[in-house]
Amino acid sequence: MSEQLIISIGREFGSGGHEIARRLAEHYGIQLLDSNLLSEVADERNLDVRNLEGLEEKKKIPLFSRTVRGFSSSPEENVALLQFDYLQKKASRGDSFVVVGRCSENILKEYGGLISIFVLADKKCKIERIMRMYGLTGSVAEKFICEKDMERKRYHNSFCEGKWGDSRNYDISVNSSRLGVEETVELLVDYIDRRRKRREA
Amino acid sequence: MIAQIFAVAIFIAMFIFIVTEIVERHVVSLVCAVLTLVLVLGVGLHSMEAVIETINIQSIFKPGFWYAAGEQGEAGSGINWETIVFIFGMMVMVEGMARVGFFRWLCMRIARLVRYKVTAIFVTFMFLSTILAMFIDSITVILFLAAVTIELSRLLKFNPVPMILSEIFCANLGGSATMCGDPPNIIIGTSLGYSFGDFLGNTGMMAAIAFVAVIPYFYFIFRKELGAGSSEEVDDAVLPTPESAIRDKQGFIISSMIFGCAVVLLVTHAQTGLTVSAIGALVAVLTLAAAGKNALELLKKVDYKTILFFVGLFVVIGGLEQTGVLERIAGFIGGISGGNGMLMTAIIIWLSAAASAFVDNIPFAATMIPIIKSLSAAYGVDLSVLAWTLAMGTDIGGSATPIGASANVVGIATASREGYIIKWGLYCRKMVPATLMVVLISMLVIYVRYL
Repeated sequence: MSEQLIISIGREFGSGGHEIARRLAEHYGIQLLDSNLLSEVADERNLDVRNLEGLEEKKKIPLFSRTVRGFSSSPEENVALLQFDYLQKKASRGDSFVVVGRCSENILKEYGGLISIFVLADKKCKIERIMRMYGLTGSVAEKFICEKDMERKRYHNSFCEGKWGDSRNYDISVNSSRLGVEETVELLVDYIDRRRKRREA
Repeated sequence: MIAQIFAVAIFIAMFIFIVTEIVERHVVSLVCAVLTLVLVLGVGLHSMEAVIETINIQSIFKPGFWYAAGEQGEAGSGINWETIVFIFGMMVMVEGMARVGFFRWLCMRIARLVRYKVTAIFVTFMFLSTILAMFIDSITVILFLAAVTIELSRLLKFNPVPMILSEIFCANLGGSATMCGDPPNIIIGTSLGYSFGDFLGNTGMMAAIAFVAVIPYFYFIFRKELGAGSSEEVDDAVLPTPESAIRDKQGFIISSMIFGCAVVLLVTHAQTGLTVSAIGALVAVLTLAAAGKNALELLKKVDYKTILFFVGLFVVIGGLEQTGVLERIAGFIGGISGGNGMLMTAIIIWLSAAASAFVDNIPFAATMIPIIKSLSAAYGVDLSVLAWTLAMGTDIGGSATPIGASANVVGIATASREGYIIKWGLYCRKMVPATLMVVLISMLVIYVRYL
């Protein structure tokens, strides 16, 4: 691949955003960075990944953290900064990759090869998907979705000026319920290819 | 009554906003300061005199602000400009020292002196952290010590977290030893008229005893991690030389001399009559003159937000003082203790330690100063005893939790940014016992020596 391609996928929980990200990574033959991002960070610094687990994509707890001259005591915030730093280094090396969440549409916005996507879905479809994936009842799945989305929203909005899911912050926002995961991927591939052609021209 | 309600409401609101960090703390304190001037002193007390007294700008133009003729005077209520000028001066000096590579050089020099033995570095860095924090702010001390510790941990293959935690504790302990070590001490010293020597002979003595207990404590709890480091002989050639840290050799020599000069002036200020504000101003001028064309860069690096925070804070506390709220609190503490000096000091030291573990110790100490003055006047307990008690409680209590003191936050963040995440559980398991131990030692020393 001649030009750098960074695909940032923001997603609602249960929208199939992760699946879409995985298929896009496969299609373009580039690395997918999702929950494995922590292992990548740990490997790079020769650290035990277990010390970083459970802290990612979480907002800091205000009463239990303090900031002094830009330094924060919050483990959640510091893990996020480690991930941002890793993504920025990777992008500055010219690597191509797909990254899920992690405020990537915001922290990598200076890179010309970035294409930012937000995947949403109808509530009914999200509940059905989560019920299927986790073996939950409808009401539990709905509650689970609400909690996860709230967590992602708080995390995102604590680091970025633009709001999570606000279409103005992404190149394209797409409802995966309309076409299903497969056709949504096709639509996005078409969009990405057009963008890349335009950039090369 | 309305003035008291306004003063308390503003003070509580200020604390809530500082703790929640919704708005930066200097903005919070300045807004609360304006509200205090308007609502408490203006609307509540209808006193222009109280406003002028609280802003206290006239104090700068008095000779006693710069030269106290061998005797330190007590500052009035309101903005303590002596503290502000001193902190500003020291910030400029520290920035000058950092610019030329002084702190990194010192850390590397010591590591080399102990031939890069992990346990020896552990002990000497605790010592270094304590000594440096006696003269400069603990944030700078930890910023450099933690960075060098992480660098050495990679080269010598040891876990830097135990060392960083010990350094944090010692920075807070060292800060308690002198008048200029920790902001609460500067405020206590300038407000109550105590000298550097007074602090050194009292809180310094307590800190020294505590330090002797702290070294074996940290060694004992971290011995396994320290022993897990590489046992291979280290080739000095692969390690950075101390000299490589120096960015400007001439500047380095001058900065070291200015630092030495500041230490001498601080140690002897009770004898020379120079106030800490005069010393702060002098070291700032010398540093800026030595920096030459880099002077502007140094001035830009000064942490003005902290200075503004202090200014606002002093006004809010001044409002509480002017309305008599703090006298009521003093009366309450006096009532509980029944005027018993031992009980009073126990309440002050443990209350200060507990509060400082969770909230910023600077506003707490500033609030407590008028309270201990009232307690001393009402119950005849020696004011200096209460001052040392307050200083030890606020300075040491901050070590207990990750959010208790600035050094903790900076140390944790420096380690975390390199992937060594320090969570509340780990931090408190190691630091709470040390904090309790040192507060207890301080209380016992106070009992034995003064009461």
